[in-house]
Amino acid sequence: MRITLHIWRQRNANDAGKMVRYELPNVNHEMSFLEMLDVLNEDLIAKNEEPVAFDHDCREGICGMCGCMVNGMAHGPLPGTTLCQLHMRHFKDGDELYLEPWRAKAFPVVKDLVVDRTAFDRIIAAGGYISVATGSAPDGNAVMVPKEDAERSMDAAACIGCGACVAMCPNAAAALFTGAKIAHLGLLPQGQPERQQRAIAMVAQAKQELFGSCTNMGLCEAVCPKEIKLEVIARMNGDFIRASLSGR
Amino acid sequence: MSAIAINPVHRVVRFYEAPIGKKAIMALTGVILFGYVVAHLLGNLQIFGDPDQINKYAAFLHNPANAGLLWVARSALLLAVGLHILASLQLWKLKNDARPVAYVKKDDAAATYASRTMMWSGPIVAAFVIFHVLHLTVGAVVPLQEIAPNEPNVRANVIAGFSNPLISGFYILAIVLLCTHLYHGLWSMFQSLGFSHPRYTPKLKKGAAIFAILIAIGNCSIPIAVMAGLVK
Ligand code: HEM
Ligand code: FES
Repeated sequence: MRITLHIWRQRNANDAGKMVRYELPNVNHEMSFLEMLDVLNEDLIAKNEEPVAFDHDCREGICGMCGCMVNGMAHGPLPGTTLCQLHMRHFKDGDELYLEPWRAKAFPVVKDLVVDRTAFDRIIAAGGYISVATGSAPDGNAVMVPKEDAERSMDAAACIGCGACVAMCPNAAAALFTGAKIAHLGLLPQGQPERQQRAIAMVAQAKQELFGSCTNMGLCEAVCPKEIKLEVIARMNGDFIRASLSGR
Repeated sequence: MSAIAINPVHRVVRFYEAPIGKKAIMALTGVILFGYVVAHLLGNLQIFGDPDQINKYAAFLHNPANAGLLWVARSALLLAVGLHILASLQLWKLKNDARPVAYVKKDDAAATYASRTMMWSGPIVAAFVIFHVLHLTVGAVVPLQEIAPNEPNVRANVIAGFSNPLISGFYILAIVLLCTHLYHGLWSMFQSLGFSHPRYTPKLKKGAAIFAILIAIGNCSIPIAVMAGLVK
């Protein structure tokens, strides 16, 4: 199949960058999206041109490294899928695709489609952890967790921190990410001791990183490759408000 | 002692500094404004009652004995609308700063039209409210008729106003936009205040749509009835 790509090319953080058009006349429909980019890059290298830089690692949809905007949708048109798990069979002959990096003040472009997502690491470092006694391993079922809470916590913990929620959000808010981390820990007994401070500290850090503010539009939920629900944002809001009102 | 460090500023400052704090203020002020919209509509629908019913109601509101209460209510509404707009402008600035480089292509079709246009519907409704107060409360657009001091002839003023297609048109436009603003706002405020549940939230969204549409129908029925000659 024939695919036309318009890709954001930017040499480094200081370069202005621009969209560049590439024609791929022979794309195999069994290729993954990233394999198509690999083929393009081999072509570019053979022609002595700079290959397109894009992030990837596991190519199994579990690490959270990959991702770019495809025609205005984070990770492309298929719901619940990372870019590496998207295949060319979901496109048709003659399609024109616009590939752009995640756009957010907090995610500066490093090169081409690669952005710096360490702002997420700093949000985690602000409170996305629990304190445990070190030493010998605790007994397996010493702390009881209601099944429903365990399931919901696991659903939130599925977040791989890819940044698609920020990229898709018209406000460039990190609410789904931060909410997922707060819900993941706050739903478990082990997450209770720091629950209030966690909400306040992580929310403050997201603001400091210059992410925007959620307006409940739901576009993050629509593109999240792990299908994290908007409910985690409400939970974060509730934790933050409760912590602000009841803290001493 | 907890292992998590938090910024030691005053709790009120910290609350309002956070986008979530501002959203909570928007939700609470939004509830007050929504309550007013409902009360205002119920008052106005009296125009379909006896010819002097709405004028009696207006005379009751304007009775000097109630002036204190009237001004308490007006101040509360002004404060609510002021905070609501202040927070919305601050969050809007945050949003604009958060994405300095726009996408060449962006597909927002998965979000509702109402949610994408809050920063259009809100300001247009606010502009309308200013016009509406100048028109029917202050009398700065056309001179208002009075039956006696502190007894405005609301019925005559409304009929005279809405006989003008331009005034009716602006009114209907503002009400339709208010309807979309409330459709998103009415369920959004639960989310902003921390309530979301897979069983109730879908019902809340439906309820918000029904409420918003009923409010639009109720409000629009008045200029339409005047223009159709049903209220004379
Ligand atoms: C200049 C005027 C106004 C502006 C700029 C404005 C803007 C906004 C914005 C940006 C939101 C947040 C929506 C979101 O998070 O997605 C909102 C929410 C809301 N607005 Fe307004 N608005 C205005 C006037 C009004 C008026 C006149 C009313 C009622 C009569 C109203 C009722 C509400 C309600 C109930 C909410 C829900 C609160 C929430 O989302 O938490 N607004 N408004
Ligand atoms: S490369 Fe690991 S999730 Fe796509």
